Amino acid sequence: MELLVCIKQVPDAKDVRLDPRTNTLAREGVESIMNPFDRHALEEAVRLKEAHGGTVTALSMGPPQAEAVLREAIACGADRGVLVSDRAFAGADTWATSYTLARAIDTIGSFDLILCGKQAIDGDTAQVGPGLAARMNLPYVTCVQKTRDVVDGGIEVERMMDDGYDVVRLPLPALLTVVKDINEPRVPSLKGKMKARKADIPVLSAADIGAEEACIGLAGSPTRVVNVFSPEPRGDRKIFTGTAEEQVDQLIEHLRDFL
Amino acid sequence: MDYFLTEEQEMIVETAREIAREKIIPVRAELDEKNEFAASILEDIARADLFGIFVPEEYGGLGGGCFEIVLALEELAKGCVGVATTFAASALGIFPVLIAGNEEQKQKYLPDIAAGSRWAAFGLTEANAGSDASGIQTTAVLDGDEWVLNGTKQWITNGGEAQIYTIVALTDPSKGARGASIFIVEDGDPGFSYGKKEDKMGIRSSATRELIMQDCRIPRDRLVGRKGTGFITVMKTLDVSRPGIASLGVGLGQAALDEAVTYAKQRVQFGKPIIGFQAIQHMLADMATQVEAARALVYAAARHIDAHPKNMSKVSSMCKVFATDMAMKVTVDAVQVLGGYGYMKEYPVEKMMRDAKILQIYEGTNQIQRNVIGQELNKEYA
Ligand SMILES: Cc1cc2nc3c(=O)[nH]c(=O)nc-3n(C[C@H](O)[C@H](O)[C@H](O)COP(=O)(O)OP(=O)(O)OC[C@H]3O[C@@H](n4cnc5c(N)ncnc54)[C@H](O)[C@@H]3O)c2cc1C
Ligand SMILES: Cc1cc2nc3c(=O)[nH]c(=O)nc-3n(C[C@H](O)[C@H](O)[C@H](O)COP(=O)(O)OP(=O)(O)OC[C@H]3O[C@@H](n4cnc5c(N)ncnc54)[C@H](O)[C@@H]3O)c2cc1C
Repeated sequence: MELLVCIKQVPDAKDVRLDPRTNTLAREGVESIMNPFDRHALEEAVRLKEAHGGTVTALSMGPPQAEAVLREAIACGADRGVLVSDRAFAGADTWATSYTLARAIDTIGSFDLILCGKQAIDGDTAQVGPGLAARMNLPYVTCVQKTRDVVDGGIEVERMMDDGYDVVRLPLPALLTVVKDINEPRVPSLKGKMKARKADIPVLSAADIGAEEACIGLAGSPTRVVNVFSPEPRGDRKIFTGTAEEQVDQLIEHLRDFL
Repeated sequence: MDYFLTEEQEMIVETAREIAREKIIPVRAELDEKNEFAASILEDIARADLFGIFVPEEYGGLGGGCFEIVLALEELAKGCVGVATTFAASALGIFPVLIAGNEEQKQKYLPDIAAGSRWAAFGLTEANAGSDASGIQTTAVLDGDEWVLNGTKQWITNGGEAQIYTIVALTDPSKGARGASIFIVEDGDPGFSYGKKEDKMGIRSSATRELIMQDCRIPRDRLVGRKGTGFITVMKTLDVSRPGIASLGVGLGQAALDEAVTYAKQRVQFGKPIIGFQAIQHMLADMATQVEAARALVYAAARHIDAHPKNMSKVSSMCKVFATDMAMKVTVDAVQVLGGYGYMKEYPVEKMMRDAKILQIYEGTNQIQRNVIGQELNKEYA
């Protein structure tokens, strides 16, 4: 089973501050760590590899120092790490990030399963996983709390819900985003650390992955951060029933009220 | 203080520290309360490759020695001396094979030990043979191609949990200490069973149990080393293992000091943090000095032993006595610094003080260590 894990280097949550002028994250002088959800995605990939064979590739887009999380991933059981890094990627939102990751994945190989964290603890959008799946035309499930079984070219997983979980079977290749309940990540092993220290981490540029200039970095990012605030507690929820068509009709009807 | 560790040694320290922080500390109070063996933590330790640190590379280990064990145990002991004891006892249990085993035995057992897929235990003590190990009554008689063992071992760490047991038994009772030999007994061998499980003052997450051999039949090739050399191997084993117990004292003392200083900075009485009182400062200063002195001695002893000198008993005993007496004193003082809170189970120093006591007792009491040091001095000044 060929597995790929998307790993983001994030500022340590203990230190997160917003720049009051720009409403973006202040990153100077803050220690960087592996996004905690991605640690669980990596652990799940390593366990799937241990159970079914294959390899685990860790992929990150970020500045050169993001190489550190890839070495850490190797220490925790990944077979290799690939960094996509280029000044042209700076300022990427989730739209540009998912494009860039998709281009990178196409460049480095083909994979049966791609794992992402549910969300990054800095950007917090939880959009990159689904965005990446859409870009790659892959079926996906978010908030996976358990991978149950890999059979007949498919995988059966549990998706965490507010009140229980769904069991979803999807064909491979596919993409999953995982929650922390999925596993207890291991402590990096001594042999892993030694391997990580010596590992070659290839760095791919925008040109290496054949990325179009207009689609990456700030230029490829339609998002503008207008304001950052803590949301109100969640309001009423509504569950639509019936056939897919009926549900869509009800949803459109419902949304009309807000227009 | 900088002890000039190699990069590999630094990695061992870091790995053991992460295990303590992430896997041991969150559950240590519960393990203590429930008297529960920490099997899942051992699996974490195995996955991190720590069981392999002292196993030669040709058997799948990392090829370290006594010093590497000391470094790992110190960090594990900062988390919980019970869990660390389990690790130490497994190393103790396999040392006889490393020291005196033949190639087949090493091939058979060491890779599993390095991978952490099997654990070991060391069976010497009996009801009537504690400090005076020569009083053991367990016997081994050769019957065709099998050894037949009879006897009961008492207070064996990892008893019932380990899969590999090194057992000291008399093969020639008439020869006394020269008539003892070491055997490997495996979990599941016919006639081998487990008896009473102990309910202890401290290190409650480590299993301490009776081993019962009743016409226990094992293949002939389970004899470790030559017949009759059992006690020589036991002495060599303990020389190498004692710095490990000493390092449990260092880790425990350090952990108690950390708790005491942290608390003394926060606790306000008479309008200021109690660390502002000189009486408290002096206590903390003495604790810190003793911890560092013990660490320096243990590291030096372990490095000395790894150089394979002819005689290592004296330094081995010295570091065990010094570091474990230190741990007892420092943990008692830590409870004192925390006052009434220190006496309560909500704070970890209460457990630390209970855990410290065993270090002065097992792997040779501190009186016996002083006997060894005294006898060596007597020889040196002849
Ligand atoms: C409010 C807000 C403020 C922002 N402030 C800044 C800022 O100050 N500076 C800035 O540069 N950007 C900023 N961004 C952009 C944000 O960091 C990016 O959108 C980023 O592309 C990923 O989005 P996310 O962090 O929400 O990831 P999510 O969609 O929450 O991440 C889900 C998963 O996708 C994968 N993933 C995400 N990013 C990467 C990556 N780079 N490499 C590999 N895998 C990845 C991981 O598996 C992760 O667990 C901000 C975004 C928002 C919404
Ligand atoms: C929790 C625990 C785990 C253990 N694990 C193991 C294990 O894994 N394997 C194993 O083989 N054993 C194990 N032991 C046994 C341990 O090594 C013995 O308890 C220890 O050697 C002391 O023997 P004893 O308890 O019989 O004390 P005794 O020998 O009866 O001693 C009682 C007291 O007399 C003192 N004393 C005895 N002789 C002398 C002397 N000549 N000079 C001065 N003072 C003396 C002792 O220091 C002690 O204070 C364990 C014990 C405990 C409590």
